[in-house]
Amino acid sequence: MTVIINGSSATLPGDPRVSLLDFLREHLHLSGTKKGCDQGACGACTVLVDGERILSCLALAVQFDGRQVTTIEGLSDDAGLHPLQQAFIEHDGFQCGYCTPGQICSAIGMAAEAKRGLPSHVSADLTAEVTLTREEMQERMSGNLCRCGAHNGIIDAIRETVVAGMAA
Amino acid sequence: MNIVDNAKLAAQAVVQGAMAKLVPLAPDSWIPGGVPDPLIARKHGLIGSPVSRRDGPLKVQGQARFAAEVVLEGMVYAALAYATIPRGRIATLDTDAAEAAPGVVAVMTWRNCPRMNPPAVFGSSPTAAGPSDLPILQDDRIHWNGQPIAVVLAETQEQADHARSLIVATYQADPSTTSLAAAKAHGAVPGLFMGTALLNEKGDAEATLVAAPHRVDHLYRTPRHNHNAIEPHGATILWDGDDLVIHDMSQMVTATAATLAGVFDLEPAQVRIMSPYVGGGFGGKGLWDHQILGAAAAKMIGRPVRIALSREGVFRLVGGRTLTEQRVAIGATADGHFTAIVHSGIAAMSAHNNMPEPFILATQSAYAADSFKLSVDTVAMNMLANTFMRAPGEAVGTFALESAIDELATELGIDPIELRLRNEPDKDPVSGLPFSSRHIDEAWRAGAEAFGWSARNPVPGARREGEWFVGLGCATGTYPYHRMPGAAARITLTRDGRAIVEVAAHEMGMGTSTTTAMVAAERLGLPIEQVEVRYGDSIIPGAILAGGSQQTAAIGAAVIAAHHALVGELLKLAGNDSALAGLSVADVGTEDGALCKLDEPSRRESYTSILARAQRDTIVVTEQASQPLEIQHWSMHSHSAIFVEVAVSSVTAETRVRRVLGSFDCGRIMNPKTARSQFRGGIIMGLGMALMEETQFDERNGRIMNPSLAEYHVPVQMDVPEIDVIWTDIADPHTPMGAHGVGEIGITGVAAAVANAIYNATGKRIRDLPVRLDTLL
Repeated sequence: MTVIINGSSATLPGDPRVSLLDFLREHLHLSGTKKGCDQGACGACTVLVDGERILSCLALAVQFDGRQVTTIEGLSDDAGLHPLQQAFIEHDGFQCGYCTPGQICSAIGMAAEAKRGLPSHVSADLTAEVTLTREEMQERMSGNLCRCGAHNGIIDAIRETVVAGMAA
Repeated sequence: MNIVDNAKLAAQAVVQGAMAKLVPLAPDSWIPGGVPDPLIARKHGLIGSPVSRRDGPLKVQGQARFAAEVVLEGMVYAALAYATIPRGRIATLDTDAAEAAPGVVAVMTWRNCPRMNPPAVFGSSPTAAGPSDLPILQDDRIHWNGQPIAVVLAETQEQADHARSLIVATYQADPSTTSLAAAKAHGAVPGLFMGTALLNEKGDAEATLVAAPHRVDHLYRTPRHNHNAIEPHGATILWDGDDLVIHDMSQMVTATAATLAGVFDLEPAQVRIMSPYVGGGFGGKGLWDHQILGAAAAKMIGRPVRIALSREGVFRLVGGRTLTEQRVAIGATADGHFTAIVHSGIAAMSAHNNMPEPFILATQSAYAADSFKLSVDTVAMNMLANTFMRAPGEAVGTFALESAIDELATELGIDPIELRLRNEPDKDPVSGLPFSSRHIDEAWRAGAEAFGWSARNPVPGARREGEWFVGLGCATGTYPYHRMPGAAARITLTRDGRAIVEVAAHEMGMGTSTTTAMVAAERLGLPIEQVEVRYGDSIIPGAILAGGSQQTAAIGAAVIAAHHALVGELLKLAGNDSALAGLSVADVGTEDGALCKLDEPSRRESYTSILARAQRDTIVVTEQASQPLEIQHWSMHSHSAIFVEVAVSSVTAETRVRRVLGSFDCGRIMNPKTARSQFRGGIIMGLGMALMEETQFDERNGRIMNPSLAEYHVPVQMDVPEIDVIWTDIADPHTPMGAHGVGEIGITGVAAAVANAIYNATGKRIRDLPVRLDTLL
């Protein structure tokens, strides 16, 4: 059983208890994906699976046979940082940097959800095209906790890139 | 920042390059009659310009390797079992099944744990960092509900976690104190904070209060809080022969190394603590049981150990802010003059630590009054040792004080800002010292204007928008300037004109490494790209605690001292063949990578030239910062005026914070980009304190009931409006760079400003935090 992580294939673990998060961190040493609570409450472990954001601490690695997983390490390349990564630096969208990979992966997943027209709790019209207003972004990013209090910078960074269509 | 701003900055940098001018060396002490740091007068340098944090590219790519991510050959994983009673003894502890479980290497309990000394408890000496004076896994005694009783070591984390679940413990309970009422019944004792009694009396405040024409006198309560940095505590630990190496997340590498040396009977130099990245600290990332347990386990089994606490483990093992009950009484004349301020009460503490939440600190210098009575007493409970959390004392103390000021303003019919300004002291009301730099009146005026305070209707409940009652509130925040003794800096200047600045300081997201590079570049006259900063390693000389908002000042003074030594060495090396021949340190300044005679800048020689002629590759100097004499001569504080607009639902009583503005007076701002984030971060933690944060303690058995981020609520995106931050930027002439701390002031005053806004919105005065729906319905 193999999974594709950032374009490279990896053999899934034999122990079915291993979460996708621990598989990334402990088996592949891709420690950019963070463990903040290990129970789906903080969002630090957010990764993209086939383009959708998921909490990798609540997923067992063996579930992902044949799937495409993108982690924070897969967003930048030799050409440089992903525009959203650069925007996080410009807008000081983090302090300690621990929740940051999850925030960035989550924002990219959020942009795709909005593009697909998925409404949120604050959407007035559940069938309308989604406009990522500040409130929509706040609601959709509320699953990613930040204790340093970089909330404003995170929104500014997302607005500048994801909403502008640079990162969807 | 967008491309246009970048271009502007680049253009600005060119102009600045042309305007670069000679910077004299800074004074190395700040006493009456001294001169201010010359960097204060330098208006177009790096200081005050927005610089992106240097570790940004690493962090946004997930390449910064935190402590629990270091991989060591042969490493085993640890899992902890926790006691479930508050006090007593372990009667039976069955570890057989755990030891037999697949992958288990060993189970460590008090029976087989290596013998260790109890850690020196924080506050007992300058290098003590222990959470309490309790022995760790050395006997069968239980002192708090949640104390570790066993460490399972296994080849994988899954195996360790499973085996831990197989451990069965039974207990013989002893009588315990787990309710506040019982603790109070046992009696309160005066609090001692860092060796000083938490007691100030001036005049007869109680008698003056009774005689005052107007007074307020109420009890305010604040609950336990947890820091809840998103990075849970953890360490990766190795014994290299007899030397202990810990990849840690630490706010105090030097003290941690010294304390662990005491625990394991080692020399301090035999312990190395490395902590290049800290995933949030807020006072919580010190020395706790897990580093000691991990080191003991690694010693016992002869293999490296990764000990990463679960989120629940953090709540069980890492203390937070304790609860307080505070009485604030203010007596005043009809025109608002304060005749008496009484601020007293209790904080809960364990019997084994040393942290009486000092909630009177802010009140000591906030307002003038004819009489004062300030005191903190403590009551003992069987609980995990409480500790420092962002603005310890001030965060909860300003809630009580600044709520009371608002209540008095209502009683007197005076605008709450006006009432504060009428009682602005001209010198420190308790110590009698002059203020070094206090421009809180300017902060109030600028803040009120920017926020639109004049539009506030002082009548509660007067403004309604649909289902929402809307109210405005304000409060003062304050936090002292600290600069602790013991800081040092090592500067290495290389022949190719680069400088390496090393300080035993910490980067938890404050922007310390970036600001240090900015300041060092300015002092040395080098481009910031040629200055490398190393930090977060106990091998670096000196000790700089990331606490008390003191790092910038402490590092600043250490770099000044090392800079003096460096220039002295350069002049010696330059010798008689140099244009600098015959000059002393006082005669020269730095500019463009060169030393120049101050009054004759054409007499100069570059660092690279001096080193090349001397055939030296590097010069290395290490110097201690001067003693912090300034705090003996002046009363020194950061100040703020906090403004909040809330909307309270008339249907659900939900409170939404709609606007926040913080107006700060914190000396010269070094890096507006990172300082703004510090202010905002503190304010947001203050919003959490006001509306949702509480560590729930089961008074029946001392168990923390909400040990998770699902049940301990912190502000999320939807709770955080855009937060405006402005500042006076007035330099303090008596500090390095004219700076004050900015890390803790942000949280102070916020909870009161929210509660005061809720009063303005609804007419309901809430004196217990957090403000809950049920108290507003």
